[in-house]
Amino acid sequence: MSYYGESIAHSSLLGVGLGILLGTGINFGVIFVCLLFGILFLWLQQNKILSTDTLLGVLAHLALSIGIIVISLNRIKIDIEAFLFGDVLTVSSGDLWVMYLGVAIAILLIFLNWSSLLLVTIDDDLARAEGINPIYINLLLTLVLTIVVAVSLQIIGLLLITAMLIIPAATSRRLANSPGQMALIATLVGIISVFSGIFLSVELDAPSGPSIVVISAILFFLSLSFKFLINKD
Amino acid sequence: MKITNALISAKNVSVLKHQKSILDNIDIQINKNDFITIIGPNGAGKTMLLKCLMGFYKPTSGRIERKEKLKIGYMPQSISIINTMPITVKDFITVRKEYDDISLNKVITEVSIGEIINKQLSVLSGGEMQRVLLARSLLNNPDLLILDEPAQNLDISGQLNFYKLIQEIYSKRDISILMVSHDLHLVMVSTKKVLCLYKHICCSGAPQQIAKDPEFLSMFGKDMANMMSIYQHSHDHNHDHNHLAGEE
Repeated sequence: MSYYGESIAHSSLLGVGLGILLGTGINFGVIFVCLLFGILFLWLQQNKILSTDTLLGVLAHLALSIGIIVISLNRIKIDIEAFLFGDVLTVSSGDLWVMYLGVAIAILLIFLNWSSLLLVTIDDDLARAEGINPIYINLLLTLVLTIVVAVSLQIIGLLLITAMLIIPAATSRRLANSPGQMALIATLVGIISVFSGIFLSVELDAPSGPSIVVISAILFFLSLSFKFLINKD
Repeated sequence: MKITNALISAKNVSVLKHQKSILDNIDIQINKNDFITIIGPNGAGKTMLLKCLMGFYKPTSGRIERKEKLKIGYMPQSISIINTMPITVKDFITVRKEYDDISLNKVITEVSIGEIINKQLSVLSGGEMQRVLLARSLLNNPDLLILDEPAQNLDISGQLNFYKLIQEIYSKRDISILMVSHDLHLVMVSTKKVLCLYKHICCSGAPQQIAKDPEFLSMFGKDMANMMSIYQHSHDHNHDHNHLAGEE
């Protein structure tokens, strides 16, 4: 289901377009569309009309395309590149406060539902047998992913958000011994990547998103050799 | 409505999916201290039946009643995550479970996983993984233990050891057992009732001991002969496939 995160990221561009078009601001547009996307997808999935991946593929790219069209219809020419690859310079101090709030809510949601999320990740059937409602978990994940996308859109860009969902986790997988450790280390890797990536993008005058992803990938390869060195003992 | 002492009772349960019949008119009742083994080939609907009984699939028709506050311990065939996430045996057994140290130690001793309790799930052998799954299902002292083809991935000696473990648990604990087995003819000797399932209940009855059967003894040895019973099918009907031959 990492494809799910990617799909929500794609749909965010529609949120950007609508937010600009309707004047509500990008953040609200993104949150609204991503949540709508998630709910629509879950509803369609329940009715088993198509396979999950096909459904995601259709909906995500449809939303992305409509979003691009809506943005290009706008009178003032808008730089889509900033939304695709991230541009730290577009982040205002108001945006920062929205990000802090978003992060706090996301962390709280995960913390409060940690053991259920963990069990569902371990095994779907086992979780269901023990009374966890899969619809509740899917909605929870949708909410958290929406927040993550809304918060990262301007810094990492929607094209590479999935990279930051996957790479820090893959990096910490090699270094952690428990799920909790894995989450903490992944967060640390993410923080280091974003900080260093932004500095790198300033140095190279390159977009922030790719710079962050490159740093995180370097950390990933370092973690591979770290494990190798440890095993040599 | 009759007040029943059954832990779970299912009446006229049918499941239709995309107009195909998965389960047809199933009646089953699990009482206290029962030991029921469900046998049937692949596609028989065994897993679907378990899902209905446990309440996470609603049947198309029919009625399933569970005793109030029934504690079910579920042991799946296998679990999907092995390498994606680091997790120790202890963490896996206890996640989202209410337990105290005493019951945890009891389960660890019962199932003999003391030596692997701090190992990562990803390095466990097939037999070790089965015992870990069993430990998790026993942690909160269930009234009913549901085992889904627990010995499928084990070799003969692994099966024997596992069945010995189940037998001990059944005799020492105040527990009912519902086991789904992939073997069409052999069931554990503790089994009180066998249900042969192929979308509907084809036949049911008590198994026969084979401890003295010389052919079985020579093939499998005394230990296995003491552990298993043979079930004689008594079908009064034919299917379009010969499922007794183990096909499908």
